[in-house]
Amino acid sequence: MSFINYAAREINVKIVFYGPGLCGKTTNLQYIYEKSNPQQKGKLISLATETDRTLFFDFLPLDLGSVRGFKTRFHLYTVPGQVFYDASRKLILKGVDGVVFVADSQEARMDANVESLRNLDDNLKENGFDLRVIPYVLQFNKRDLPTAAPVDEMYRLLNFKSEPTFEAVATQGMGVFETLKAVAKQVLYELRRR
Amino acid sequence: MTVDSSLVMYEEEFEKITLLLNRLRVDASAKIVFLVDKNGQQIAGAGEIDQVDTTSLASLTAGNVAATDGLARLIGEKEFSILFHEGRKDNIHISIVGQRLILVVIFDERSSLGLVRLRVRKASGDVERILSEMEAKAAEIGASDAASPFAEITDEDIDALFSE
Repeated sequence: MSFINYAAREINVKIVFYGPGLCGKTTNLQYIYEKSNPQQKGKLISLATETDRTLFFDFLPLDLGSVRGFKTRFHLYTVPGQVFYDASRKLILKGVDGVVFVADSQEARMDANVESLRNLDDNLKENGFDLRVIPYVLQFNKRDLPTAAPVDEMYRLLNFKSEPTFEAVATQGMGVFETLKAVAKQVLYELRRR
Repeated sequence: MTVDSSLVMYEEEFEKITLLLNRLRVDASAKIVFLVDKNGQQIAGAGEIDQVDTTSLASLTAGNVAATDGLARLIGEKEFSILFHEGRKDNIHISIVGQRLILVVIFDERSSLGLVRLRVRKASGDVERILSEMEAKAAEIGASDAASPFAEITDEDIDALFSE
């Protein structure tokens, strides 16, 4: 959950990038890291295996600027996508303020997308959150691949509450910041509502 | 107040906590004393904190505690309330305070595990007391009509963040 610090005049929020294994969650964070100003970002931490598969999480702190005199600090996390890391995924969702679901556009990964989305729903519930109300954005990644499924088909399959949905090619940066902005906006609106 | 609700810290409590951490640092002869919440947000610190990347320290500590909590539950323990990492020069002592905060003490050969444990135990009670004050105050202010700084945010304010 967000942490409002009146002494330092800053607000900290936590965003989690979720999705099936190899869908590009870490790549999203790497692109954001590369393209952000040095003053804006902290260190990108990746707890990964020797083959660069996320083992526990990636973490990137990002300052987006000030709102009403308060510095907004976004803590971006990814989860390990592989099915057997479920215990770790559950832990990372603790205290989350907003979620990005990164779906893999390849036709062959549709079942994995659906399974991961269901898993997100379950794990959010276990942490006391509801996917239907939490700030949430959907990203269709890897649009550049020839095996990518049609967008409207993916939309029908994965979009369930008309959440903002973005096409992306995270390796080239397409759609990455649009996705981040959309979720950050929802989180800030949610703060206003509270 | 539940563990899931947002944490809000005001100037007064921040000063109290910082004072307390400074005292603990001196009493325990530690290099750094640091308070983090279980979600990885850094709350306050004392000592040579400009020597380390405190944001990363906070998130990794929280990850470490979360993983250890998971391990504890797997074997039927409620939690492991203390973690200790011993290095060649520096050591890290991590303890859980009042369910939702983590107290981190980094020390070298000028101190000892025994001393740190002793001082941390005493300080934990004080931190816990301030934490309850913080929560009570946040609940009180939250219940009154005093607007949060974000109640007045306009769409323009939010758009301005992304105008680059």
